[in-house]
Amino acid sequence: MSTALAQTWYMTQRQLMVFARQPAYAVITLIQPVIWLFLFGSLFKEVVELGGFGTTSYLDYLVPGVVVMSALGSNLWAGMGTLEEIQRGTLDRFLTTPVSRAALMNGNVVHNGIVTALQSAVIVLLGLLGGAHYAGGVLGVTVLLVASVLLGTVFGALSNALGMLVRQRESIIGINTFLLLPLTFLSSAFMAPAQMPGWMRQVARVNPLDWAMAAGRSALSADPDWGVVLVRCGGLLVLAAAAVWLSIRTFRSYQRSV
Amino acid sequence: MSSISSPRGTRAPAVEARALIKTYPGGVTALNGMDVTVASGTVFGLLGPNGAGKSTTVKILTTLARPDSGSATVAGHDVLRHPDRVRRAIGVVAQNSGADLVATGRENLRLQGRLYGVGGAVLERRVDELLERFSLTDAAGRPVAGYSGGMRRRLDVALGLVHRPEILFLDEPTTGLDPEARAAMWDEIGRLAGAEGLTILLTTHYLEEADRLAERVAIVDRGRVVVTGTPAELKGELRGDAVHLELRTPLGDTGRSLLDAALGALPGVHEVVGDGRRISVRADDGAAAVPALLAALERAGVAVAAATVARPSLDDVYLRYTGRSYADADGASSASSAPVLAGGAR
Repeated sequence: MSTALAQTWYMTQRQLMVFARQPAYAVITLIQPVIWLFLFGSLFKEVVELGGFGTTSYLDYLVPGVVVMSALGSNLWAGMGTLEEIQRGTLDRFLTTPVSRAALMNGNVVHNGIVTALQSAVIVLLGLLGGAHYAGGVLGVTVLLVASVLLGTVFGALSNALGMLVRQRESIIGINTFLLLPLTFLSSAFMAPAQMPGWMRQVARVNPLDWAMAAGRSALSADPDWGVVLVRCGGLLVLAAAAVWLSIRTFRSYQRSV
Repeated sequence: MSSISSPRGTRAPAVEARALIKTYPGGVTALNGMDVTVASGTVFGLLGPNGAGKSTTVKILTTLARPDSGSATVAGHDVLRHPDRVRRAIGVVAQNSGADLVATGRENLRLQGRLYGVGGAVLERRVDELLERFSLTDAAGRPVAGYSGGMRRRLDVALGLVHRPEILFLDEPTTGLDPEARAAMWDEIGRLAGAEGLTILLTTHYLEEADRLAERVAIVDRGRVVVTGTPAELKGELRGDAVHLELRTPLGDTGRSLLDAALGALPGVHEVVGDGRRISVRADDGAAAVPALLAALERAGVAVAAATVARPSLDDVYLRYTGRSYADADGASSASSAPVLAGGAR
C-alpha cells in the first residue's frame, strides 16, 4: 500500500515539475477566466435585478460559475498530455517498470487536482480583488474548491481514457469544443435557474457542472444549505470514482492495441 | 542448424518465446509463429527490415503487448502469468524512450530508479555511476530538452540499467543517430555485454550492427524467424568468399559456359554465376583462389579488367533466406515509418 502511495507521489511530482518549470503556461490558463469574470461581470451587471440569483451582486454569483467552468476547461485537455506521453514513448517506458497501473493514472488525477485547486483559488482571489463578497468565508471557499476539483477529476479522467483509446489529437479537440460551451451554458454558470426556460432548467439539473456550482454557491452564501452541498458533492464524488476506474481499465484496451 | 555449445549454454535460457502470433486490429499480421531463444549472458540480435515484427516481439517480451497465441518466458517467468516478475528482471530501451524533457538527466534517472524501489544513497551512487559511464556527468543538471540525439540515446540506455536488470532489451539502439554517435553507442553496448553477466536482446535493421554486436542473430522476415545462428555460422553457410571478376570484353553464351566450366573445375571454387561481362565466384579462400582464376582466364584468352574479393556479409545471408535483397526489403517498408526523433516538440 505504501509503495502504491509513494509511486503515486513520484508520478504526481514529475507532472508538477513540468507545471512549475513552465510558469508562462500557468499564467496563460488564467487569461480566459479573467475575461469571463470581468467582461461578463460588467456586461451583465444589471441581470441580478431580474431576481432568483440569491444575491444583489452579479460578481458574487459569477465567481463559482467561472471557477467550475475553468476547472472543466483545463481538465478536458488532460488527454492531450497523455497522448503526448504515448507518442513520446514515456507511457510505454513506465508500463514496462513494476510501477502500479493505478499509480500511473492516479498521478495524473492528483496532479490535475492540485492544479485545479490552485487555479480555482486564484480565480476566487481575483474575484475578491474585483469586489466580490464570500459570505460563507473560508469554509465556503473550501467547499467550492473541493467541488471544482471533483468536477475536474470526472472530466480529466474521461479525457485521459479518450486519449488512450482514440490516440488522435483531432478527436480530443473535437470533443472538447463540442462539450465545453454547451455544458457551461446549460448550467447556472451565468444565469439563475429561475430565469431559464423550463427545458433548460431540466437539463441543468442533471449537468454535473451545475452540481458543482450549486454546491459552491450554497456554501459561499450567508446561510448555506448543507443538504444541497452534501448531495451535490456526493454525486460528483461517485462520478469521479467511476471515471477514474474507467480510465485505469482503459490500460487493458491500450495494451491490446500496442 | 547446430548451435555452438558454450559454458553458458548450461543455464536456463534468459528468453524463450514459442509460436507467438499477433494480429493488430485491422487484420495486419505482425507475428506469424515467432520463436526466439536467447541464452543467458549473451547478446542476441533480431535482424530484419522495418515491419518484420521485431518491435512487436520486444513489446510482448517486455509485457507491454499480449500475443493472440503462443507463450514466452523471460528470466524464467511467464510474461502473461507473472508480468510483474518479468518487469523487475528486465530493462527496456524502446525506440522512443520518452525521457521527461523538462526534467534533467539526473532527475530522469532518479525517478526511474524509484519506480523499481531503489532509493536513498544506493540510488544516488547508481545514478552517478551511470552518468559517468555514459559520459553525461557534465550534462546531468541540464533539462533533457537541450540534449543532442546521441546524448538522449545514451540517457535512454542508462534509464534501462538503473535497477541492474538481468536482461536488457534494446529496440533499434542506433536508429536516427549520426555515424559518430552510432560508433560510440556500439562501443557502449560492447562494453555492457561483457559486464555483470547481462543478457542483451537487441533489434536492428542494420546488418552491420547485428554482425558487430550480436553473438547470435535471428533473421526475421514477415513475422517469423527464417534462420538463426552466429554471424560466422550464417556467413559460413555461404561457403566462403565472393570473388568478382570484371572482363574487358563481353563473352558470348558459348564462351561463357565453357569458361564457367573451366573455372568451376578449379580446386576450392564452388558457384560460378554472372552475365556476359561480370563473373562472380564463391571460393573457400578468395585471396588464394585469385591467382588460379586469373591463370585460367589467361589460358582461355580472356582479358580481365578488375578482380575483387569480398567476405560474405549478412546481406548475402538475408538474400539467400528471404529471396529478397536486404536494401529492397528495408526500403520498401521504411518509407511509411515515422522519423525516430519526431514528436519531441511541444
